[in-house]
Order: sequence, then C-alpha cells, then structure tokens
Amino acid sequence: MIAVEEVTRTYGDFTAVNDVTFTAQPGRVTGFLGPNGAGKSTTMRIIVGLTSPTTGTARVLGRRFADLPNPGLDVGVLLDASAQHAGRTGREVLTVARKTMGLPASRLEEMFDLVGLTEAEAARRVGDYSLGMRQRLGLAHALLGDPEVLILDEPANGLDPAGIRWMRDLLRGHADRGSTVLLSSHLLHEIEVVADDLVVIGNGRIVAQGTKAELLSAAGTQVSTRQPDQLEGALTAAGIAYTDATAPRSTNAGGLARHTLRVEADTELVGHVAHQAGVALVELRDADGAGLEEMFLELTADTQRDALTSRPEGAVA
Amino acid sequence: MTTTTPSTSSTPTGASEAHGRPHPTAHPSPRQAAHRPWETRPGIPLPRIVDVELRKSFDTRAGFWLLASIGLAALLTTGAVIAWAPASEFSYSQFTLAIGVPMSVILPIIAVLSVTAEWSQRTGLATFTLVPHRGRVLLAKALAVALVALAATAVAFAVGALGNVVGASIAAIDTVWDQGLADVGYFALGNTLLLLVGFTLGALIRNSPGAIVAYMVYAFVAPGLLAFLAFSQAWFSDARPWVDPKFNQDALLQGGFTAQDWSHLALTTIVWLVLPLTVAVVNLLRSEVK
Repeated sequence: MIAVEEVTRTYGDFTAVNDVTFTAQPGRVTGFLGPNGAGKSTTMRIIVGLTSPTTGTARVLGRRFADLPNPGLDVGVLLDASAQHAGRTGREVLTVARKTMGLPASRLEEMFDLVGLTEAEAARRVGDYSLGMRQRLGLAHALLGDPEVLILDEPANGLDPAGIRWMRDLLRGHADRGSTVLLSSHLLHEIEVVADDLVVIGNGRIVAQGTKAELLSAAGTQVSTRQPDQLEGALTAAGIAYTDATAPRSTNAGGLARHTLRVEADTELVGHVAHQAGVALVELRDADGAGLEEMFLELTADTQRDALTSRPEGAVA
Repeated sequence: MTTTTPSTSSTPTGASEAHGRPHPTAHPSPRQAAHRPWETRPGIPLPRIVDVELRKSFDTRAGFWLLASIGLAALLTTGAVIAWAPASEFSYSQFTLAIGVPMSVILPIIAVLSVTAEWSQRTGLATFTLVPHRGRVLLAKALAVALVALAATAVAFAVGALGNVVGASIAAIDTVWDQGLADVGYFALGNTLLLLVGFTLGALIRNSPGAIVAYMVYAFVAPGLLAFLAFSQAWFSDARPWVDPKFNQDALLQGGFTAQDWSHLALTTIVWLVLPLTVAVVNLLRSEVK
C-alpha cells in the first residue's frame, strides 16, 4: 500500500508536483501515466525519500519510507536502471544490495534465473550492458528482498517485445499474490495492458484517476463516415452527445474526407441511428483503447511538448 | 589488508546474514492483509553498512587498481630507498616515511570516490533507498575510510620492516630500529586525517574529477605556495603552523609531537576539516538524490 497525500514540490518558481494525492492498493497494479516531465519521477523519488516534499506526506505500508527498518525487504525500487556504477559487475551490484539487506548468497542465483540474465552476463560490468539488460538487473535488484511493494519508474524502457511481455506477466503475478505494484510510463499502451488502476498526471497535477474499467467505460464508441453532416444531424436529433475526433491528416480517398466521431453511446445504438439516417459507416467500434488514448492526449494536451498535429506513433504502440 | 572478499564470492560471509527472516523465494505464498513484517523487522546494523561500504570502495575496476597500487607503490618506494639512498641513512623510519608519500596520494582518492561515486555514478539512488538514512551511510563511509587508513599503516610498517632488514643486509650494516608503537599511532592518525580531507572534499564537491583536483591542490599546490611564502616572509614562517593544515598533517607522519604541535594540529583540523565537513554533511542530508 502506497499513500501519497497532498504532495507538492517546488523548485523556486517552478512547481514540479502540485497537490498530488493517490493511493496504490495491495493486490493491484497501479499505472502512473504522464508525458515526459509531468512529475512522475519526482513523485516517485518523494515516495522513497530521495527528494523531500515541500508540503504533504507520502507513506509506504503505513509508514514514512525512512521509518522502515530494512526497506529493501519491504519495498522494491527501480527508479533508473542506468544509475549503477559502470565499473561493477551485475553480480557485484546485487551482492552489495544483498549484503545490505542481510540476505543469503543463494538468493542471487534465483534472481538471475528470474530475470533471465545468464551466468556470463552477470559477470560482465554494468557499463557493457545494453539498456534491456540494465532493466533486467534493475528488476532483479528491486525483487531481491522479496518485497511486498514494488515502485518502478519506466521499467519497460529498452526491453524488447518479449521482455515487455515477460515483465508484464511478472508484475501481474506479483499483484495477484497480494503485492502493491506502482509503475510509471509515458506510453499508454504499456500501462493499459497491465494496470488495474490508473493515475494520470500532467504538468505536476493529477488529471484523472480511477480503475481502468471506469476510465474506459467513459470512452464510448468511435465511428467513422464520409457523410459527417448526416450522421451528426441524426445523432443530435437522437439526443446523443459526440465529439469530433477526426485526425487532421485523415485519408481523402474518393474525394470525400473520412470523419471520425467519438460518441457517448454504445456501438449498437450508434449503428442503429446511422442505419435510420441512411448513413454509410466506414468504421464502428468500441472506443476503449483509442478512447483512453484520446483521453490521455486530451488531458495532457496543454502539457505536451509537441503540438498535436497528428496522432503520435509512440502513444499507439 | 582489508576485509573485503573477491567479487565472485558465493558463500555467506558471516553472522551479519544470519537473522531470523525465513528464506525468501522467487514465488512467495499469498500474503495476508494483516501481514506486517516491518513492525518486527530488525534494522540494518552499522557494522554491516561499514562492511558494505568497504566492499564498494574496492569492487570496481578503479577501486581494485587503487588498492593494488598501494601495495605496489609501497614495494617500489622501498626498492627505491634501498637502491638510491645512502646506506648510512637506512633506518626503519626512513622506509616508512618513504612509503607514506605515495600513500598520501592514493588513499585520499579512495575516500573521495567512496562519496562522489554515489552522485557521479548515481549509485546513491540504490544506496539511499536501501538505507534511507544518509547520515548513517556517511558515518559508515567515514568508518570504512578510517579502517583503510589503519590497514595502510599496517602495510607501511610491515613493508618498511622488510625493506629495513633487506637493505641492511645488502649494505652489510646493522639494522636500525628507530620507531616504536607511538610512531605507528602518529602514522595512522596522519593517514586518517588525509583520508578524511579527501572524504570532506568528496562530500562538499560531489563530483569525482572536481574533488580529486581539489585534493591535489590541497596536498601539492597549496603547500608549495605556502612554503614559498614562508621562505620569503618571516612573519608567515612563524604563523604557518597555526594556519596550514597540511603542514601539520605532514609533521604527524614524522611523529614526536609537543604540546604546542598538538594545539597547531587541533586548531587547523577544526578550521580546515571539522567545519567544512559539517557544512558538507548538512548540505548532503538536505540535497536531492537524482
């Protein structure tokens, strides 16, 4: 259990984290989502006591992190996989952590097996590791003390697709056994597939939070047509709310532009309305993935570094 | 020389690891909501942190070579004394003093890196989350540094004794044993202070190259300039023991301190070591670890 209460952190005039409150529950994976520079990492550093909050409190397992007698056994932390001494071997990095926690040496082999680092790779210096190997080592470091809480900042960075799948299963398994898992990402898809709860942060503020199901159900239906005027008229007549979600550079085949609407109704009703109005549809589907993505882009639009001229590839995965 | 074990060690290394926690497995059993292990968990004892910090000083390539170079430099300087010093000057103190010169360069670098690596190499993220009390980690680092100074003293006196015997037998003269236990103490204290200067500069600057350069200025550039000033200005020659910390630290290696020497050392140590160290520690406790 992680409880962040009204945490604010300022640097001079700049407010990196602004009145952030959320909890990560045991048995659930909590996704911490936001664009680069939104305050995810600062919030995580505050949780583990590396940065002190200007105001507010952060507790892990009901205590301040610094009040945990041997925190490595309760909380597994991976904030930056590259933050290891380049001149130490992977095995030595884990040995240092193992000795600090007071664990037996046999634990190392289990961890290397678990994260899929071979004997030879463990004997290499971290400076020679690829980013993916560093992430695996960082995960082994976090899991070493068999902790009840996991705090991972962008753990999928640098992992190949198989590695991402493997990590997702690992985190899922941990949560299913009752652990609290908090992981951050700026990639929506990555979080969407594994998280039970979502906390979306933008510009230092929480812009949305809830269960994934809640956030998805609000998304409705996505419908595309080349006869937008008729469809919009029919929807308005039926009293159904919608928003124009047309991508600016949509295809222009056949002379008629393809328009996309997000409609706050289920697919069956939208299909029925379109049929009644005699509108031909190009696409009709639940807006779940796309909906959350739209929400994420919308909620963070004013904090996004790049203007949204087109749908960014990275967010679709 | 030190208590560290090779990095490939795979056996449990002692009592520090034998505590009551059940052996964790990769696939733990389901946890209960009421399961609160942290309430009864023992904390991390200071000796264990000292042990870990000592290990961290020597388990990197840089650490290993610094350690190896201490032994190597001790042997080389001993050989140089035998080869080039006049045989009539062979004495125990001659050898240990010569060995102390390269040590005063290498040992403080170990102390510098022990602190700065946490920032330069960003290992602080792991260190200060595993032990979320920076004061304790710093204390452990300082104690580890002091242990290194003691080990280095033992090496200096052992290699020095060897050189003294070998040198005298080559030159066919009687061996001169002109040092006692008090001199071992002087040597150990002198080395400890030099290491603490490195430690302080590391904690103040928190950047490896910066802190090493600062130590070189402290140990080699400043003393030269101050010696020149003392040579040309009579008033400074008198005042120097009261203001120059390195002057007193070098004097320590020679031993034979009078009450006034001790007050010189105490004053310069408070002004040039204790005060900066306090500032460094306060800064470091407040800073953000990134």
